[in-house]
Amino acid sequence: MHENIFDHYEKKDKSSLIPLLQDVQAIYGYLPEDALQEISDYVGLPLSRVYGVATFYNQFRLTPLGKNVVRICRGTACHVKNSANILYSVETELGIQAGQTTRDKLFTIETVACIGACSIAPVININEEYYGRVTTKEIPKIIKKYRSEVQKETASGKVTEGVK
Amino acid sequence: MVELTINNIKVKAEEGMTILDAAKSVGIAVPTLCHLKDLIPSGACRICSVEVEGQRGLIPSCAYPIYEGMVVETNSPRVRVARKTIVELLIENHPQDCLICVRNGNCELQDLSEKYSIREHRYKGEHKDHAVDISSASLERDPAKCILCGRCVRVCGEIQKVGAIDFINRGFTSIVSTPYNKGLNVSDCILCGQCILVCPTASLREKSSLKTVSDALNHRKKYTIAQIAPAVRATLGEEFNMPLGTDVTGKLVTGLRRLGFKRVFDTNFAADLTIMEEAHELIKRITTGGTLPMFTSCCPGWVKYLEQNYGDLLENLSTCKSPHEMEGALLKSYFAKKMGIDPKDVFVVSIMPCTVKKYESARPELNVESLTEVDAVLTTRELVRFFNIAGIEFADLGESEFDNPLGESTGAAAIFGTSGGVMEAALRTAYYQLTNTHLENVDFEQVRGLQDIKESTISINGLDLNIAVVNGIGNAAQILDEVREGKSKYHFVEVMACPGGCINGGGQPIHQKIDKVIERMKALYEIDKKMLLRRSYENESIKKLYAEFLGEPGSHVSHEILHTHYIDRRKTRKIVNPK
Repeated sequence: MHENIFDHYEKKDKSSLIPLLQDVQAIYGYLPEDALQEISDYVGLPLSRVYGVATFYNQFRLTPLGKNVVRICRGTACHVKNSANILYSVETELGIQAGQTTRDKLFTIETVACIGACSIAPVININEEYYGRVTTKEIPKIIKKYRSEVQKETASGKVTEGVK
Repeated sequence: MVELTINNIKVKAEEGMTILDAAKSVGIAVPTLCHLKDLIPSGACRICSVEVEGQRGLIPSCAYPIYEGMVVETNSPRVRVARKTIVELLIENHPQDCLICVRNGNCELQDLSEKYSIREHRYKGEHKDHAVDISSASLERDPAKCILCGRCVRVCGEIQKVGAIDFINRGFTSIVSTPYNKGLNVSDCILCGQCILVCPTASLREKSSLKTVSDALNHRKKYTIAQIAPAVRATLGEEFNMPLGTDVTGKLVTGLRRLGFKRVFDTNFAADLTIMEEAHELIKRITTGGTLPMFTSCCPGWVKYLEQNYGDLLENLSTCKSPHEMEGALLKSYFAKKMGIDPKDVFVVSIMPCTVKKYESARPELNVESLTEVDAVLTTRELVRFFNIAGIEFADLGESEFDNPLGESTGAAAIFGTSGGVMEAALRTAYYQLTNTHLENVDFEQVRGLQDIKESTISINGLDLNIAVVNGIGNAAQILDEVREGKSKYHFVEVMACPGGCINGGGQPIHQKIDKVIERMKALYEIDKKMLLRRSYENESIKKLYAEFLGEPGSHVSHEILHTHYIDRRKTRKIVNPK
């Protein structure tokens, strides 16, 4: 692993655990298993404790992000506007659950406490784009759009694999 | 001294004490779940909540220090309702299968439910649903029964310093588990079972071998043999309401014969044999410049710990098998030949205070002529269950003697079950092997007791032997780090993974008696003291065994049968390059 990540921290210093996890995630986009083991050795905490911390905080991911990140707002306004079903239909459409990434690494579903666009609730956000007042019926169409973009890229010879 | 009032009683207590301890000192019981003596309080379960005058909320008494003039109420209606609610909520998310649970009758959650007279389910909620982890050879982990008190996590991390399990995830999904929720068999766990001893429910339990054993006993071709570990005889009586530290050796032999075992032998015999081999190995290492310090190898939990964490120090480990494996090896070679039985039909059952022994007996390198040396291991608790199933009134049993020739033992073997015992036994024999004279005072008080690390220097014939006894695997790392850096001054180091040794092993009766370890320890030293022969080399059967079969300690035959090798099981780590 990047030697210089560790350079900023003292060895066997338990308090550097969370900053180290953040640094590693900043480089890889997630926390690889081997990295957790190395951090555990470096800070002198058992792997179980490091894993416990990594799974306690929402900011840490243990799986790589997909190429497209679908964020579903689960804030109060969206909840009132049926966002539970929106989430359910995205999950069904992609065959995965919130927090997971599809096997082809094209999509990751995340839930967000509030996106901040309550006036157009329910809202979902894919990469840079926002979709307001979405209905469950529209979900397959929206997902399809991103799938076909990938297909176009494949045809034109661009790399399709997700971010690692 | 601080003066405070608890339930209108004036209490004088030392400064720095918790409310819980102060209340206990005047006979006021406060229930606890997550509390563990001598560890930093976690205050997680809130069952010990009390009311303190001037405080708004309820206070966890296990984590709150007393102060001058404090007014505490441990039995107010508000406290009672809060405690009852906590128990009700815990029970609601707990499988309702007490009748078929292994801890039925010995469960702290069940006790609390009874104590607070919970007679209905007031709450209905979502239930945890988790698979039971049966991956390891010794332990089972059932997260559904877990009430998240965290006692196992703290014993594993703070006392044993293994840290195989911890809380993962959070909120409703949080469970106690291994990293990546993998099986215990691939975790850092050494299977010592100390977590079982502190688990209030049956979330952690041993993997039962009762059926295997009972099938073997019913098999008409199997020649079933039982052997009893030194530490079991000092603890089994507790389960039948005998006083702590009662020696039940004679009753145990009778009981095992009644269960249908054809022969009942003593692991103590093999303990004497271990000493003959180990003392010989130590002297050889010292005189020929072998790897020092030498570590004892009787404790499979310790061996597993070393293999997993200090795989570079395996050379230091004595090559002697543990006593019950030696006994098993002899039963399937020497004894079977002597009796004219096919070794394949010999079924050896070890009665052990230990959960790791189950794993050890399955190690492929521990076999004799491709037969496993020990076919099944029963813990003390499992044997109690077996006696109960078979309708054996243990307390009323008469006493009987072990079978021979593999049943005779000396006092040196009896103390194998306690921390410092193997060291003491080895010193008695090493003295003889070095000087050819008998040691007059065989009591080595300096290696007895419950200190973390006991060290001493013993002069034998001008040779200064530096020894150390490590009590509990949590204290091993500092000595191992010294050895790794080449700074260790020791010649011989004994390590037992469980605090106190086998008498406090993971397979022993479960109860939270404070002084149980000391009492059990006394029982073993008492057995030793009463013996006529207290040095392993004086054992007549051992002499005969060497004359008839093994030749001499460290001979070719004994290396074939009584010694083993170890495997470096450190995790291989690959380095990932970022893109």
